[in-house]
Amino acid sequence: MSTAHADSHAASHNASGHGHEAHPAHLAHHFDTPEQQLFTSKLGMWSFLATEILMFGGLFVAYAVLRHNNPDVFLWSHKALDTNLGAINTAVLLASSFTMAWGVRAAQLGQRRLLLLMLALTFLGGVGFMAIKGVEYKSKWEKHLFPGKLNVLNAQFAYGDGSPEAIAAVKAKTITYVDSHGSTPHGDHHAPVQVKIGTPVYDPNRGSSDEAKVVPPTFVPGGTNLSALGTDKGGHQYATYNELQTPDQNKINSFFSIYFMMTGLHAIHVLIGMGLLAWLFFRALGGAFSPAYYTPVDLGGLYWHLVDLIWIFLFPLLYLIH
Amino acid sequence: MSTIAPDIRVPSQPSGEAPKHHYLNHTKGVLSWLLTLDHKRIGLMYMVAVLAAFLIGGIFAVLLRLELFHPDPTFNSDPTKAWDLYNHFFTLHGAVMVFMFIIPAVPAILGNFVLPIMLGAKDVAFPRLNLASFWVYVLGGLFLLYVLFGGVLYIATYDEITGTGIRLPGGFGLDTGWTFYTPYSTSAGGTQSGVIAATMGVFILGFSSILTGLNFIATIHMLRPKGMTWFRLPLFLWALYSTSLIQVLATPVLAITLLLLLAERILRIGIFDPSIGGDPVLYQHFFWFYSHPAVYIMVLPALGVISELITTFSRRHIFGYHFIAISSVAIALLGFLVWGHHMFTSGQSALTNAIFSLITFSVAIPSAVKVFNWVATLWGGSIHLRTPMIYALCFIGLFVIGGLTGLHLGTLSTDIHLHDTYFVVAHFHYVMVGSSLFAFLGGMYYWFPKMFGKMYSERWGIVGAIITYVGFNLTFFVQFIAGAQGMPRRYASYPDGYTIYHQISTVGALVVSVGLFMILFNWLHGLIKGKPAPANPWGGNTLEWQTSSPPPHDNFATTPEVGDPYDMHEWEEDKRTGAWTKVPGKAAPAHAH
Repeated sequence: MSTAHADSHAASHNASGHGHEAHPAHLAHHFDTPEQQLFTSKLGMWSFLATEILMFGGLFVAYAVLRHNNPDVFLWSHKALDTNLGAINTAVLLASSFTMAWGVRAAQLGQRRLLLLMLALTFLGGVGFMAIKGVEYKSKWEKHLFPGKLNVLNAQFAYGDGSPEAIAAVKAKTITYVDSHGSTPHGDHHAPVQVKIGTPVYDPNRGSSDEAKVVPPTFVPGGTNLSALGTDKGGHQYATYNELQTPDQNKINSFFSIYFMMTGLHAIHVLIGMGLLAWLFFRALGGAFSPAYYTPVDLGGLYWHLVDLIWIFLFPLLYLIH
Repeated sequence: MSTIAPDIRVPSQPSGEAPKHHYLNHTKGVLSWLLTLDHKRIGLMYMVAVLAAFLIGGIFAVLLRLELFHPDPTFNSDPTKAWDLYNHFFTLHGAVMVFMFIIPAVPAILGNFVLPIMLGAKDVAFPRLNLASFWVYVLGGLFLLYVLFGGVLYIATYDEITGTGIRLPGGFGLDTGWTFYTPYSTSAGGTQSGVIAATMGVFILGFSSILTGLNFIATIHMLRPKGMTWFRLPLFLWALYSTSLIQVLATPVLAITLLLLLAERILRIGIFDPSIGGDPVLYQHFFWFYSHPAVYIMVLPALGVISELITTFSRRHIFGYHFIAISSVAIALLGFLVWGHHMFTSGQSALTNAIFSLITFSVAIPSAVKVFNWVATLWGGSIHLRTPMIYALCFIGLFVIGGLTGLHLGTLSTDIHLHDTYFVVAHFHYVMVGSSLFAFLGGMYYWFPKMFGKMYSERWGIVGAIITYVGFNLTFFVQFIAGAQGMPRRYASYPDGYTIYHQISTVGALVVSVGLFMILFNWLHGLIKGKPAPANPWGGNTLEWQTSSPPPHDNFATTPEVGDPYDMHEWEEDKRTGAWTKVPGKAAPAHAH
């Protein structure tokens, strides 16, 4: 490709009617001025960002439809997400957007060291975000809170950790409520609470115990149907995803499907953004950018802001449902 | 690629004499083509790839028509196997034709070649992306073809006694139809690997489409030379611009839809399949949110080509330039708001249906604006019946039939009866083949001299056009009747009463094949033995006719004059050579505007 570049440059030098005596190094042959080239690149990037928005738009629509179909499950299931971690991640991404914007300014002013610092900080923001996201995913994985056939124990929420006590609870047809905050449906923040199947439970999402309304047991996800229990090789009680009855599977699926699709696709975008940042960092290290040519930093910045912006929408939609 | 461009100065081309240096011989060697950044060469590479896809899709169209020639199984004595083959045939035909032929045909071949030249630019805005778009297309196409072929091969070679057939490694088989409707596609619909790989293929092809559209938008916005104002853009560029808007805004929705489909198929994540908590109608909304605008990706650039042909060969300034230009944008925007008319029978609310029906009707307005303006341009013009013009005239008739039958389907009450019948099949073939394909062929003939610097045979061009036209109507007009009488689409067999329609249709398909091969041979013959083409063989005034045929590497040796693209009165034909030259200052005829 580099030879092609040289080729097109030679051609542009020869072309009359174009008339640029001093030919800027980064000006491709079919542009008249560096400004025209920069604005064209920006227009291209904005068009690309439009495609990204449309693509995530599809996910937001899917979210709206699935939530409309199962409002109770969304309300219940989101409690399994850790709002604190989500909030920290929001702050991390916002901060990284700030350092990115600062970096673009540094590139425009030709402050190479500041640019390098800001690119590195932005990259670290990405690392921090992915690490926290990793912690969250890990806890969902351990609690078997994810849809699909990879999940052999979707009902862990109900059975605890497979310990003898938990199994005893299961045999007694009770459910141990331990949500991710360590609190219980009754507002007790310490001890897990065991609830007999079929007993009306209080929905933690409806406010204090005074206002709490009785929620029918069907509002509790998957694991409530304990008739499907089996035993694994270690003698632990378990129920596979496939053994659960369809309505129970659906309930788990409808929230965590969209949760993982949205955050997963977003995480892939963060990773791509981090790759871009690393590439920009090494180019900046080689002194590729100057006030006359900083287009890649500018475009990389736009991309990073978009990734940030999408998270700004994901966070309330997934973590802050009321 | 490594050769440095010589200093090329192409003088104003004397009629009938090819320039010594042009983009075709600018650099030599296979790599100089495969890795070229020249939009003209990329256009030609697209031409080869897209026409290959067209051939494959066409072969399977003929095969499925042959299966339908008779209600009994044709290709195998075992009905199960024959029907299975048929399901693969129509899936292959539909998917290849839609995603690999009609969507890229006009924008990627003609658009790539003509757009920068018409605009007066040296190249598209992002030449590397343009090349990437081509190779992404090839990659996606290979995925799709491999799966589809694999399925057909396996069924065709399957032996009941041994219970085996020839299986390609990886994926084989897809019988979902080109629409990939869930939950069939996420639970059955061919093999697991087949569905996954085919979906991946379409996903990748979508990227190619997005990159082309994005490139065209940036080019038209940013690379217009001095004097090329928005309302001096040739109408083909307005059409391409509108098309690009759709490609950029609609295709990502298809991408996320296919990603969700893949996730559901591979991981059983419930998004669309109701048995695992999904919503199947959501899939249809998503799919048509892309695929209805995609219909306009297919037809809008075709409408743009026709605007060029009609005015050039009527020797008359296009009538209602502004209306045609704005109607392209209007069609693109309205096209985003009508997807629900594909789901009138899928359980939408009555109110939703009524709204979608109303907006669907409103698309007829800008479409009719175009048709009336074309007819007004013809009126009083000096009509030259050259091959491209024959296609343009065929186009108007076919587009009117295709468009008006769309109103039958947009009407709620009649759609209940006509939904998923051959009426629908006939309707969209009139739009996609009768309109898009005919405009594509017309455009190919129109720009053929510019592309290759050679002329094709006018006589065989006209014969090929007429045979294709007759064959096309033979194939699809009867399908309106069959459909209105209740023949459902996608069925491999049918009650005897429909036999006559299917037989006429199949004969028509064979006639179309003859016509299309005639066109192909005419092109090949022109390419090898054609007379040298003059710089301006038609007397058009858009900028591509102001450079040599074929154009130099940088498109223009001298900066072209930008003016009214349809003010052709200064061009005069040399009857002996067929070349048109500009006579500056020639008085305009009294009736032209």
